[in-house]
Amino acid sequence: MDVQEYMKPTPEPTADTQAFWDGLKQGRLLLQKCSSCGKVRHYPRPVCPHCYSMEHHWSEAAGTGTVYSWTISHHAFHPGFKPELPYVLLTVELDEGVRMQAQARGIQASDLKVGLPVKIAFEPATNDLVLPVFEHA
Amino acid sequence: MSLNGKAAVTGVGETRYSRQSGKSVQTLQMEASLAAIRDAGLDPKDIDGIIAYGSMAVVAEDFITNFGIPDLRFSAVTPLGGASAVASIQCAAAAVAAGICNHVLIPISRNGSSGAGGRIGSRVREMPQFRLIGEFEMPLGAIAPAQLYAPMARRHMELFGTTSRQLAEIAVSTRHNAILNGNAMMTKPLTVEEHQASRIISDPLRLFDCSLESDGACAFVISSAERARDCAKPVISILGVAEGHPDSPSAITQRPDLTKLGLAKAAPKAFAMAGVRHEDIDVAEIYDCFTYIVLCQLEDLGFCKKGEGGPFVASGAIRIDGTLPINTHGGLLSQAHMAGFNHVVELTRQLRGEAGKAQVKDAGIGLVTGYGDMGDGSVAIMARA
Repeated sequence: MDVQEYMKPTPEPTADTQAFWDGLKQGRLLLQKCSSCGKVRHYPRPVCPHCYSMEHHWSEAAGTGTVYSWTISHHAFHPGFKPELPYVLLTVELDEGVRMQAQARGIQASDLKVGLPVKIAFEPATNDLVLPVFEHA
Repeated sequence: MSLNGKAAVTGVGETRYSRQSGKSVQTLQMEASLAAIRDAGLDPKDIDGIIAYGSMAVVAEDFITNFGIPDLRFSAVTPLGGASAVASIQCAAAAVAAGICNHVLIPISRNGSSGAGGRIGSRVREMPQFRLIGEFEMPLGAIAPAQLYAPMARRHMELFGTTSRQLAEIAVSTRHNAILNGNAMMTKPLTVEEHQASRIISDPLRLFDCSLESDGACAFVISSAERARDCAKPVISILGVAEGHPDSPSAITQRPDLTKLGLAKAAPKAFAMAGVRHEDIDVAEIYDCFTYIVLCQLEDLGFCKKGEGGPFVASGAIRIDGTLPINTHGGLLSQAHMAGFNHVVELTRQLRGEAGKAQVKDAGIGLVTGYGDMGDGSVAIMARA
């Protein structure tokens, strides 16, 4: 899809977050892992809140987790989302212990429950942007 | 040193609330501020401290210019969104207790309904504290507070069995109070059935779970305990005040406990400072951007246990004639969205005995909360001296 036709908000990655978005483009879910104490953190940030180390590397996550909560949006607060109403937004607890948000694919409202196993998929949005989605594991 | 008894609310003022003020935010804010200063029996030149609202639409300099304030000795901003009004009470109380200034003006105004580009969804996108949400959630479709908060409500429902009908009780009793107030945007009664029939915005939040977008302004004055005695109205003394920031303050998604707000950290401090018990609170104004946020705060304040907010509100306890009347002015849900500044105005009037048809009988000790910016909390406990 051409960038000009893409109506939704797009992320503006910084030097701290670029690797996450680059990973999605390669079909990989990359999370920051502290090089000193080994704890995984998300969303990306410069300092490990456990040991204050500023050294980290990007570690590929399994891409699996469980539903922690969700919402089903029936109102578009941005015109770009109007065509896909209603949509399910999942809060997913990843196996690595951090959470992320993504839209659900192929999961019915009646399927939704805390603890539902899900796995990530990668959905191209523009030539330059791949967004995460979750489907039944 | 404790702030207990060191400061007081001496003046409150507000404009009419409407969908279209036809006035600038500067004019609205001056109108409400002058009303608050007159209510205190002060001259505008007596104001020597100002805490401007975080949107910075109107700043301390505007008051120096408009009032000719000769010597403004204290200016600050408390950037906690809807928790700012009550957090500003802490800030102002500390300033007057330290002798920096005597009378601190704390105003807000907005054309939240009619203003170009001013509606909440677009306001949130432009706020720097939401940088993480802007990058990692908004591109997925989590744009506005209703969508960002709904997973908190859903989690509460799944863990504790809280229902939409229980949330409706908050909307219904708040609407009842708005009608008693008279200066409210919503003027028709609301039933649980009408709430249940209202359209879903972001499940589980329906239209009548959401607050209004409003035009208007309100303001209040915090004075040192010493100077408060010279003011025109009964002294409403600050007994306890605190602010609290939740874990993962900028990203609800990553918060360890999705059912706990920053208020849970602030509430025990404010009660301890005030030296009062929960059963001493006669009336409470609870920040109500969404019905669920009221329910969660009642738990975090300790008026009921975590998870018991649904049965607590359904019991009728929060109605105007209940054991803990809340949002006696109609709140953000039915009076106007003045970011909780109107909650401070109302609590002051309740404790003075000036609340008109919504007056809670013998209201001597009251509590007001703020909530904002994805979970920041603030709480003040006040009493008629």
